[in-house]
Amino acid sequence: MKTFKMGGVHPEENKISNDAAIEVMPVPQQMVVLMNQHLGAPATPVVQKGDKVKVGQLIGEAQAFMCANVHSPVSGTVLKVDTCKDAFGLTKPAVYIKVEGDEWMETIDRTPDIKRECTLEPKEIVAKLKEMGIVGLGGATFPAHIKYSIPEGKKAEYLIINAAECEPYLTSDYRVMMEHAEEVCIGVSILRKALGVPNAYIGIESNKTLAIQKMQDMAKQFEGIIVEPLKVKYPQGAEKQLINAVTGRKVPSGKLPIDVGCVVSNLGTAFSVYEAIQKNKPLIENILTVTGKKLPSQHNYVVRIGTTYNDIIKHSIGELPATTGKVISGGTMMGKAVVNLDAPTVKGNSSVLVMDEGEARRSPETACIRCGKCMHACPMGLEPYLFSSLVKNGRIEEAKEHNILDCIECGCCFFSCPANKPLTDEIRLGKNRVRAMMAAKK
Amino acid sequence: MTQQILIAVLVLGVIGAFFAVVLYFVAQKFKVVEDPLIDEVAEVLPGANCGGCGKAGCRAFAEACVAQGNLDGLRCAPGGDAVAQKIAQLLGCAVEQGEPQVAVVRCHPANCGEKRLSNYDGLRSCAFQNTVYTGENGCPFGCLGCGDCVAACQFDAIHMDPATGTPVVDENKCTACGACAKACPRRIIELRNKGKKDRRVYVSCVNKEKGAQAMKTCANACIGCGKCAKVCPMEAITIADNLSYIDFNKCIACRKCVTECPTHAIVDVNFPAPAKKPEAPKPAEAPAAQPAPAAPQANS
Repeated sequence: MKTFKMGGVHPEENKISNDAAIEVMPVPQQMVVLMNQHLGAPATPVVQKGDKVKVGQLIGEAQAFMCANVHSPVSGTVLKVDTCKDAFGLTKPAVYIKVEGDEWMETIDRTPDIKRECTLEPKEIVAKLKEMGIVGLGGATFPAHIKYSIPEGKKAEYLIINAAECEPYLTSDYRVMMEHAEEVCIGVSILRKALGVPNAYIGIESNKTLAIQKMQDMAKQFEGIIVEPLKVKYPQGAEKQLINAVTGRKVPSGKLPIDVGCVVSNLGTAFSVYEAIQKNKPLIENILTVTGKKLPSQHNYVVRIGTTYNDIIKHSIGELPATTGKVISGGTMMGKAVVNLDAPTVKGNSSVLVMDEGEARRSPETACIRCGKCMHACPMGLEPYLFSSLVKNGRIEEAKEHNILDCIECGCCFFSCPANKPLTDEIRLGKNRVRAMMAAKK
Repeated sequence: MTQQILIAVLVLGVIGAFFAVVLYFVAQKFKVVEDPLIDEVAEVLPGANCGGCGKAGCRAFAEACVAQGNLDGLRCAPGGDAVAQKIAQLLGCAVEQGEPQVAVVRCHPANCGEKRLSNYDGLRSCAFQNTVYTGENGCPFGCLGCGDCVAACQFDAIHMDPATGTPVVDENKCTACGACAKACPRRIIELRNKGKKDRRVYVSCVNKEKGAQAMKTCANACIGCGKCAKVCPMEAITIADNLSYIDFNKCIACRKCVTECPTHAIVDVNFPAPAKKPEAPKPAEAPAAQPAPAAPQANS
């Protein structure tokens, strides 16, 4: 079975919410929609206080290059255009909407019929991705229309769909494959058409046997979709690792996947592409896993983007267990702890993971024993222990020479370190310092 | 036997003489002429290599002094006026007296101890924590409490108060080199004039959020209401971005703003206990021409 060559770890999988079918979360009473839900500049609000909006109406327009449209996930009246604290307590521009009923835009096709034919030209597809505010749902929330506008002189040869879901606990992609296999395959065909590549590969880790089976059966009905089972190893879902696993190609340092002819998208993105292109439905819903070992029940939900963490917790499990240590958005390896549960969810959120006090805390740090485990674990072939000491001693130039900027922050080094050294944190700090140094030089 | 000794002495002597001559010419050829004054100036400096002057170290500062021939724009903050006088003597130039300064932590220490919204257990570095989230007390502008400033101080003059989680400056040890101010990722620490009898008044907050939001964040946050600016007789207070700032060159430490401030964000230090009404100190003399090294705008 295929996998990537270098490094990697195998954390406990904990896919305990695998069997929970996707439920629909009710629409909350008040909605706060953040204007930067994507990588890049925030969208510019195009509504004002008092405006009536419908579900799917454009409320934030992408005016910068690196930006994505934001649509209203609810219908109602705009209360104000202001700022709001996000999940990490940082102040972001936002639109507040008072929910009134659930009136959708007429253009959106809400029938359950599945539409297979797509008559749009590649350019029209990309334009529609932009209009519908589609971003990569693998975590980086990279605007899809930029990814699928291949720059001059470069040629895409492979489209790779990331369904590895290598992060522990997360099961949203798995559920989408189980319940919406056909829609996903249509979405993949659309993306394949947009790029003009002969084949699309869907990489699925082998611990999802049912999903592999389902996707393989479905893919037979479509032209040029190949399901590629992959050996279970973290971080299989990282762009560069997935390319290596599926094609055997290696993205050189400082280059992008398109430089080796690859475009990688998440499975969730393919599903939202189907909805956007075939059903005219902008990206207004997330598929979220609500999970945790100590929770009474496990869930997978489709929620309106902007529902607060508190609303999700209240609806799914009532209240947090008393022993809760952290609520994490994302998986245990790369997810971030949420400090403000009143904050709205944003595009790209894939889970609400509730961790117990005991499992959430880090163990105390001890001295490095030079075992080299971090080097073996690093999927990029870097030397985390070296960065740790270089950054601590302010030797930023040297850290740059050792390619610190290649780090994908997957957390394998910290995971494997027997001394519990916060290696990933130190490298992230180092990357910031290197970028600051480079900016100062310019 | 004696002959062998003689031969050895002779051979080594000749080799020695030969290399002496070679070395002499090489030394002449590659001679580095250095002003002996640099050594003398370096001798006077504290030798902490704190970098507060903006040079790489004390030696580099000495070289800059000698190259320039005077002390315009050059100041060794840890050495203060005493060192400036000595250097001026060596260089044979005049020196202007600078107002002594001290590092001031502009975040209210009263709140951070109790109010923890989250428990941070990542890398103990403010610079890193600042990139992750707002910090344990939920203030996006406040002190993060990991002690980057403490690590930066070469003079053991700033320490974390375990009770409040904010740093405290030891005024006797602080040399106003500014290393802590540079290390702080949130630019909370500012160099301010020490003031007469070490008495100072300053806004102990850098929160730029709107009033209501700031008040939610911290009970002692500056809400930018402007009452202090209205009451100030010297027009020393400016409000920008919902935040009040007291110009220490204009402030006469009358403390009218301290009593006026609704959130007690303005603090006075080293004043006698408020038993009787303190007599207003005379206006400070015109500030020295020495440039104030840390106006907050320059820092941010």
